[in-house]
Amino acid sequence: MTCNNEAVTLMHKYLDGELKKEEERKLRDHLQNCPACQHHFHELKRSITLVQNAGPVQAPANFTSNVMDNLPKEKKRKNYKRWFHQHPFLTSAAVFFILMFSGIFSAWNQDQQVTVSKQENLVIQDNTVIVPEGVTVNGDLVVRNGDLKIEGKIDGDITLINGDMVHEDDPNPLEGEKYQAYVSGEVNEVNQIFEWMWYHTKNLFQGVFSFGDDE
Amino acid sequence: MENMIKQKIKQVKKGDRSAFEDVVSFYQNKVYHICFRMIGNAYEAEDLAQEAFIRAYTNIHTFDERRKFSTWLYRIATNLTIDRIRKRKPDYYLDAEVKGTEGLDMYSQLAADQALPEEEVESLELQSYIHKEILALPPKYRGVIVLRYLDELSLQEISEVLDIPVGTVKTRVHRGREALRKRLRHV
Repeated sequence: MTCNNEAVTLMHKYLDGELKKEEERKLRDHLQNCPACQHHFHELKRSITLVQNAGPVQAPANFTSNVMDNLPKEKKRKNYKRWFHQHPFLTSAAVFFILMFSGIFSAWNQDQQVTVSKQENLVIQDNTVIVPEGVTVNGDLVVRNGDLKIEGKIDGDITLINGDMVHEDDPNPLEGEKYQAYVSGEVNEVNQIFEWMWYHTKNLFQGVFSFGDDE
Repeated sequence: MENMIKQKIKQVKKGDRSAFEDVVSFYQNKVYHICFRMIGNAYEAEDLAQEAFIRAYTNIHTFDERRKFSTWLYRIATNLTIDRIRKRKPDYYLDAEVKGTEGLDMYSQLAADQALPEEEVESLELQSYIHKEILALPPKYRGVIVLRYLDELSLQEISEVLDIPVGTVKTRVHRGREALRKRLRHV
């Protein structure tokens, strides 16, 4: 056993209370035969005792009242913060709704321009989209912020957002047979913001669930 | 005692200021003690201990009640103190060698009415002498020695307070003990 390393390491292990039985015997044997290490060990234990005897220190009088006087006054804002901390679910739900509604509102307000999902052969006149006579639109048609006038044929669903169906010839075409002949799919009209939201949500879900059936 | 403190902390979290008063009066000596032994100056120690309690109060909602409050509080106090030690100007250290001299440190510049170490011991000023010797340790070792032998924390607790691995705590305690041994062998 070399005095400088192994024995000293064992001494520190002993002082940390982590010495195994076998190591303890080893250290004891060594200390009995090595005055230098004995001295070293003694010095270590003594310095610890000395340090422990440095004695406890008392905090100054009035310490507690000084701390209490210096505590920050609770602000209203702090209360909100605490509320948020205590109700993480409500907080996250509120944040979610704020983001969702603001997104949809801004989408609603942003596009006031007339937009059509299919431009080919369609005529746009003063916010009215016209499907000219003799033109057949294959697939679904979405018209935003404009009316739709059908003179030709649409082979699919129609979605009207913020707009109406215009029928000049036929006063009551929606129920008429003629109309049915033109449009083979459903007609959706979205005029209110809640309908708009519903349309969005529905679209999203349809997008998610029909993902697999596209083919 | 532990339960009493837990109860108080819950009240503080709900916004009960007066419950914090009991927490402060319960821990004031321990926190002040750590700061005082580490920084070495009563005035600064009071300032640091006070700051530690104020920080604990303002950040009480971040305290995880499953853990030990004392560990959390000591951590705030030691971090503040270590920060303060780091920000000090280097010439503050008594150990620093005086420029243009050989082997003369700041101790030699202290007022002459202070007795030599040996005489100090004889004049029963042992405690303040030891206090100085602790302060003369490098801050790294000073922190663990104070927590280990003056506040009697376990190695595990020290590792939590200082946020360093237990292995590092052990190494520092060993080196700190060796340093103290060398400083205190003639006492």
